[in-house]
Amino acid sequence: MTVIHDMDDKAEPKMRASDVSVFYGDKKAIDDVSIDIPTKFVTAFIGPSGCGKSTFLRTLNRMNDTIPSARVEGQIELDGEDVYSSGMDVVQLRARVGMVFQKPNPFPKSIYENIAYGPKIHGLAESKGELDEIVERSLQRAGLWNEVKDRLGESGTALSGGQQQRLCIARAIAVDPEVILMDEPASALDPIATAKIEELIDDLAGRYAIVIVTHSMQQAARVSQRTAFFHLGKMVEYGPTDQIFTNPLEERTKDYITGRYG
Amino acid sequence: MTSSADTGARLPTRSAAFEKRLRQRYAQERRFKLFGLFAIIVSIAILFVLLGNMTINGIGGFQRAELEVPIDFAESGLAGDAATLSQPGAVQTLEIQGLPEIVAFAAEQHIGAAGAEQLSQHAWREVADDLRADPAMLREQKTFWLPASGNLAQGMDGEGSPELQALATQLKRAGVLEKRFDWGFLIRSDATDPQQVGVWGALKGSILTMIVTLALAFPIGVLSALYLEEYAPKNRWTDVIEVSINNLAAVPSIIFGLLGLAVFLWIFPNMRSAPLIGGMTLALMTMPVIVISGRNAIKAVPPSIRDGALAVGASPVQVVFHHVLPLALPGILTGTIIGMARALGETAPLLLIGMRAFVATPPDGFTSPATVLPVQIFLWSDEIDRGFIERTSAAIIVLLLFLLVMNALAIYLRNKFEKTW
Repeated sequence: MTVIHDMDDKAEPKMRASDVSVFYGDKKAIDDVSIDIPTKFVTAFIGPSGCGKSTFLRTLNRMNDTIPSARVEGQIELDGEDVYSSGMDVVQLRARVGMVFQKPNPFPKSIYENIAYGPKIHGLAESKGELDEIVERSLQRAGLWNEVKDRLGESGTALSGGQQQRLCIARAIAVDPEVILMDEPASALDPIATAKIEELIDDLAGRYAIVIVTHSMQQAARVSQRTAFFHLGKMVEYGPTDQIFTNPLEERTKDYITGRYG
Repeated sequence: MTSSADTGARLPTRSAAFEKRLRQRYAQERRFKLFGLFAIIVSIAILFVLLGNMTINGIGGFQRAELEVPIDFAESGLAGDAATLSQPGAVQTLEIQGLPEIVAFAAEQHIGAAGAEQLSQHAWREVADDLRADPAMLREQKTFWLPASGNLAQGMDGEGSPELQALATQLKRAGVLEKRFDWGFLIRSDATDPQQVGVWGALKGSILTMIVTLALAFPIGVLSALYLEEYAPKNRWTDVIEVSINNLAAVPSIIFGLLGLAVFLWIFPNMRSAPLIGGMTLALMTMPVIVISGRNAIKAVPPSIRDGALAVGASPVQVVFHHVLPLALPGILTGTIIGMARALGETAPLLLIGMRAFVATPPDGFTSPATVLPVQIFLWSDEIDRGFIERTSAAIIVLLLFLLVMNALAIYLRNKFEKTW
């Protein structure tokens, strides 16, 4: 039932999912989804609660591996490499495909340690100076540097909710990922913090492939260039965002974005 | 729309019945609070009676009856210098040179023959120890307070034979017999004479045993908890293991003593009464407590922290050691405190592996014969000599203080590691 609109040619696929199904035990949570995720663009997954958009997002960096009953069928490729093949190292995959969660989850360590943790375990910095540089650059890209530069030693959990979420984004970009997955990154935040996160996503879009799951259709319309609509575990429609919102091809998409159900 | 006065009368929350129910609810709450307060007061009162009783009885245990004996070493003709006194056999040398007689003579001169007879047999050894510590004394006159015999000590408390009671009164009046604080109680070991006993041997035995217990139970317990929570598949086998561990925590401690006797002493037959075996036996008992509390602490670490670490590319081992373990540590330490406190007070299993022996010298190491504080208390409480009653209470105070120090250390560590998320 997937409908793909014509995409512009500039968008080369960074990740490609082909006929992906996800099972929790016997229950099929995702049914035969195929999608190309372009680099340097923001792709939004929208749909009603429980439609499987978060589940699908978590298959992209194999976070579903932590759930023993979860099983994935089909193929997911990152730059043409099969993500679920035995040759793909899951640690390396997650370094390349970063993730930001719905609830800000900074480590109960200092702000500096939060950012430095990823580069440290991957050995990305040769020296303390280099590590300092990575921390500063990541915080600057996340738009948090000016707010925290004088208190890098303070606990990350002492920040406000919006700052914590930007800290988590900074943490994700500190390891220089190619793709950033965001699972409803602003749903726990107030409108001002949300606006900041959205601005940040805009800034980051030119550099990474970003996939964002969101409940808010306005948010999808504001930040994304591609939108996929999920419903009951199926991807109903996928296309350029303005087209999905102004002229959807599928009846169900139209019903959802006009608020007929949700 | 009816008028407001009209609705006011009919609203269910304004009725008399509602107000009565409300009053009943408040009364119920007040009653509940009072019961709780009462329970707390009762438990605190019991604790105070217990501690007060122990302290009052135990303070006497830190004192002993001592006789004043001035000795003029310059006139005594005792040969010796710093070099000979520092040699290992110096005490025997002093004995051969007649130190016991010198002490007895000095006592006779100062407190009379009857009093000198009531000097403890081992009094001269304390003089010898002092001489070894300070050889310069050999050229001086020095006043010692030396232990009286057990009988005279009883006489001082108004017990025993009337003659001795009279003698004690007389010596006390002369100012040569006193109850003095006995530091030696903390550095001597078990003896048959309550005037000569000390708690150091048992205390050292307890410390060594606890070190073995902690060194075995903590890593094994924490690693088991980590494996069961983080790696083990959730299936029938892990259920069986979980139930077994829970049951292990509830097994009466004497059973562990039998196990230690049957297994550990079979493997190491020459180590009866050794802290190593005692520690191993107590570790069996402590480990399940640490596993259970450790699993709960690990379970309480929010999954979002794990996700966050995995998402930046941490391997499962890194997630455990960088994030889960530091966050679970305070909870694990709480369980360890409880387990270790129980192990410290444990008597029954240690009796079975021979730690109830009479051990007059402090253990040299993990494999030499030792006893532990609770067993020592048990043994002293069984003594016929009345002088042991106060000593027993004093040993209980030492045990309680040891427990307090151990717990304080663990609580300090726990607060140090405690973090919020």
